[in-house]
Amino acid sequence: MTAAPLLELDNLSTHYVSAQGTRVIRAVDEVSLRVNAGETLGIVGESGSGKSTLALTLLRVLPPAARIVGGRMMFEGEDLVTKSDAEMQEIRGKRIAMILQDPMASLNPLFTIGNQVAEPIRVHEGVSRSTAWRRARELLKAVRIPSPETRVRQYPHEMSGGMRQRIVGAIGISCEPRLLIADEPTTSLDLTIQAQYLNLLRDLQREHGLALIFITHNLGIVAKMCDQLAVMYAGRVIEAGPVSRIFNAPAHPYTMALLNSIPRMGDPDQRLTAIEGQPPNLAALPPGCSFAPRCPQVMPRCRDAAPPAFTPEEGRIARCWLAEPVAAGTDLRVASGAA
Amino acid sequence: MSIPADVIRLPARESRFLAIRRIRFGEYPVIPILILAVIAFLAVFANQLAPHDPEVGILSARFHPPFWQAGGSTEYLLGTDQLGRDVLSRLIFGARISMVVGFTAVIFAGFVGTVLGIVSGYLGGWVDQLVMRLTDTWLALPALTFAIFLAAIVGPSMWNIVIILGAVYWTRYARVIRGEVLSLKEREFVRLAIVAGCSKWTIMRRHILPNVVNTAIVLGTLMLGVVIVAEASLSFLGVGVPPPEPAWGLMLADGKEGLMVGYWWLTVFPGGCIMLMVLAANLLGDWLRVKLDPQLRQL
Repeated sequence: MTAAPLLELDNLSTHYVSAQGTRVIRAVDEVSLRVNAGETLGIVGESGSGKSTLALTLLRVLPPAARIVGGRMMFEGEDLVTKSDAEMQEIRGKRIAMILQDPMASLNPLFTIGNQVAEPIRVHEGVSRSTAWRRARELLKAVRIPSPETRVRQYPHEMSGGMRQRIVGAIGISCEPRLLIADEPTTSLDLTIQAQYLNLLRDLQREHGLALIFITHNLGIVAKMCDQLAVMYAGRVIEAGPVSRIFNAPAHPYTMALLNSIPRMGDPDQRLTAIEGQPPNLAALPPGCSFAPRCPQVMPRCRDAAPPAFTPEEGRIARCWLAEPVAAGTDLRVASGAA
Repeated sequence: MSIPADVIRLPARESRFLAIRRIRFGEYPVIPILILAVIAFLAVFANQLAPHDPEVGILSARFHPPFWQAGGSTEYLLGTDQLGRDVLSRLIFGARISMVVGFTAVIFAGFVGTVLGIVSGYLGGWVDQLVMRLTDTWLALPALTFAIFLAAIVGPSMWNIVIILGAVYWTRYARVIRGEVLSLKEREFVRLAIVAGCSKWTIMRRHILPNVVNTAIVLGTLMLGVVIVAEASLSFLGVGVPPPEPAWGLMLADGKEGLMVGYWWLTVFPGGCIMLMVLAANLLGDWLRVKLDPQLRQL
């Protein structure tokens, strides 16, 4: 906590606004996070909890209906929210790279692999074609593509799924970014290839010292890959902190429920626990805590006021009244018990 | 667990000879390619092939019938017209005009239409609105009437016709290409190019354009027939290629009075040439469309 973090989000909000301006969807709402250099941050949450919108916000490649309505994104001391489009174009692919949700379809079927791996290098560094291609071959070697000399001249349809995935990874690291955002990069892969790919990403991260933001809904991957974890629910980060401490002692009932819903091996009698109810409609959030309607430990005050971000211990936050510092918390429990 | 032998039946292996034969005569549209090749050959070597000057006639040799009819001679194989000009020579030089006008107009229209279609589809917003409303307006006007109107303004000449036909027919490309781009720009590889920091122009040039070229080529082949007929029509109406030049449409116009008094060769031959060329272009276009479209969808 001594050096300034590589990326620091401060109350960042991205809303989708309908054409008439009547409906507002708070896809990302008052998100504050930090990522240190060389660290991996996992972001988990249900579908529609704002994970992907957050990723798109970081690169400022939002669809036309979405607006960054507030907050700051400090990246290496600069606020990305105030950057011009031209400046962002310089940053994308060069300093912040991204691996998309479906890397299988991320390659242009009409160009050779070498062409596509070399493209960001040529765009950002203006080097000659031959230099870019030499770098492309080295990158393919780095992502463990066998015989890169012949592979650079082949087309995407000549590759297997796992190879295409690694090639997309190579494109991601081609300009040696400081931060790599991976948005569910392994959902379209089978388990063995998934494990290989995750190991590869971790090795690349170690070798290049890059920070990784890993968006997933697989808590197993989080446990394997990440140092820090942020749990998103209805556009908000409801709990964040070091992975091991959150896994051992989750502070938010939603995180607890998520952890409880992981099936455990070796217990045939165990039934899968599900979280009751549906995620809320982001266009019409309840006035209090957005998880209150599904929360097993809901209290009357949860429905009236949304909890602020409490700090249950150093380096963690939780948006839940249960995490309120002890003195105030006991008062409340006594009061509600007496009523 | 054994499977009865007659359930598994491998397809009979085709002999190598048959396979080759099928590719040669089934895969490629031989007849349209042959027709277009012959016309192209005539157009390129018109100077060497034509037996007479196409623009200078001998008035004493007017209205000679083709050689196989009574009064015809092998001097004028397909007869002569009202000014004594050799019909065969005029047809050969006419092929040059049809080819040049047809191809350049299609390429010109294709270029303008493809560029505007890509820009309109990819950028969207007010650019899209502007281009598409322009296209709607263009398509609402009857193409030939519009072309006559433009020709009357700029005056008749072969290159003016090329520009006019390009200006009339670019909208067909713009429409189709824009539709294609709308689906392409949602594809993951375009998104990857965006997050890799490519500019809009780079993406349009390197990722969108190569993916719509197939469509543009198919469209161009199908438009070739339309453009050739349009050129012939303009020439026939007297606003196309100016008179001494031997355009097929002009020959039709010149020969139409003779049709009633039995000079059939003045109209049947150029008419037949136009028909053959348009037929060939359409057959080729249809074949290309079938050939390229399923692959496009698979990609």
